[in-house]
Amino acid sequence: MFNERVINILQESFFKILIPGITHTIPLTLVSFAIGLFLAIVVALVQVSNVRILNPIVKFYVWVIRGTPLLVQIFIIFFGLPSAGIVLDSVPAAIIAFSLNVGAYASETLRAAILSVPLGQIEAGYSIGMNYFQVLRRIILPQAFKMSVPPLFNSFIGLVKDTSLAANITVTEMFMVTQRIAAKTFEPLALYCEVAVIYLIFCTVLSKVQHMAEKSLKLEQG
Amino acid sequence: MLQIKNLSKNYEDLKVLEQIDLEIESNKTTVIIGPSGSGKTTLLRCLNLLAIPDIGEIDLNGVSLTFDPNQPLQKRKILDYRKKTGMVFQSFHLFSHRTVIENIMEGPVTVLKKGKADAMAEGMALLKKVGLEDKANQYPRQLSGGQQQRVAIARALAMKPEVLLFDEPTSALDPELEIEVLEIIRALAKEHYTIVIVTHKMTFAKEVGDNIIFLENGRILKQGSYAELYHSGNERINRFLTTLQ
Ligand SMILES: Nc1ncnc2c1ncn2[C@@H]1O[C@H](COP(=O)(O)OP(=O)(O)OP(=O)(O)O)[C@@H](O)[C@H]1O
Ligand SMILES: [Mg+2]
Repeated sequence: MFNERVINILQESFFKILIPGITHTIPLTLVSFAIGLFLAIVVALVQVSNVRILNPIVKFYVWVIRGTPLLVQIFIIFFGLPSAGIVLDSVPAAIIAFSLNVGAYASETLRAAILSVPLGQIEAGYSIGMNYFQVLRRIILPQAFKMSVPPLFNSFIGLVKDTSLAANITVTEMFMVTQRIAAKTFEPLALYCEVAVIYLIFCTVLSKVQHMAEKSLKLEQG
Repeated sequence: MLQIKNLSKNYEDLKVLEQIDLEIESNKTTVIIGPSGSGKTTLLRCLNLLAIPDIGEIDLNGVSLTFDPNQPLQKRKILDYRKKTGMVFQSFHLFSHRTVIENIMEGPVTVLKKGKADAMAEGMALLKKVGLEDKANQYPRQLSGGQQQRVAIARALAMKPEVLLFDEPTSALDPELEIEVLEIIRALAKEHYTIVIVTHKMTFAKEVGDNIIFLENGRILKQGSYAELYHSGNERINRFLTTLQ
């Protein structure tokens, strides 16, 4: 299978695939994750602080996003919303879909981490006269963020791969470009394996970053 | 003086504290004893407002709080009151993401808005008092239980509270670690801190307790000096005083 022609195709296509990876997949991931994480923090805080009115709204949001396929969400935003008069370019549409998705899942990660901060420490904070906001900022959140690092990296790595779904709405990210080359060269096996390897490289780098982050946060000793 | 008048606390249908009337003298050590489930922890938590009494009144050195189910207390008043009371818990509850000295500085810096340098200097002095200056930069998990509890005492002292509350401060400790914690509480009693301590250690209660309160089913059955309780002729109290050493 790996004859000279295939090797040539692989060599020629490598940068053709890697470049949209750098110009599309990575920025799409970073921007969506940043927005999603911000959303997640707000959603988690609304829930643990039980903010009136907002609490049922964010619960509904998490319920809908977690209960429907990401691909369907992407289609609704890009192909569906124009019928309601909202026309979005493919990249912003993808960013909105991914951010909403990360926001819902990561909010549950954060909420679980917040709830796992020992009640005794929270009461110890109150016992020295702290108010709710001080307890949240000084005791709950620092510990919750630390505990959330591994599962948040999980979401982050998941998102890198999920960005391939944006190919369905004409975003020229890595997978879209690979599909085009595969169709032209009739070498789907080699090319899809090649793009898989590139995703694997991206995710391996992220795993290393996670490892370094955990080390600097001294997460190993717990 | 800490005055408690007609204080009651229910958890749903369970009457945990019923019409407690109690005067806790300043610069004295008050010991609370009683069977498991009699409401000792709840009473202490009410004195720190970690639990809000349903009804009654608490007056700490002239500042009075009245509890009324139809009129919840202002948050401001609760926070101001808590700054004046220090609590030491059964299982320490040190902030695990902060070093020993940071644990002690937390209250002065965050709540009292003290400068970091001042808070640090005072914190180090307190650490010296509890014999742990060399542990200032360790994390709680690196300390023994007895050391953690001594840090927790220093953390409470850092707020310069008007009353110090201890809830079975040594019951989570091995006997040899217990001694070092009791040593510190004994020293604080000698320095005339106002102390309220829940304990099952009768020898210790006898030694440091200026006033001993016997709680049963959420009511004060008897109070007085150890001798007064011992000679009260109440068989339940006697058995309690003599079986638990
Ligand atoms: N947060 C709570 N919710 C419901 N019931 C509670 C709560 N806290 C305490 N109780 C109940 O109140 C009663 C008194 O509890 P408390 O912890 O004050 O007893 P205690 O005298 O400290 O006992 P021990 O010696 O075992 O520590 C118990 O029946 C307990 O189950
Ligand atoms: Mg108790």
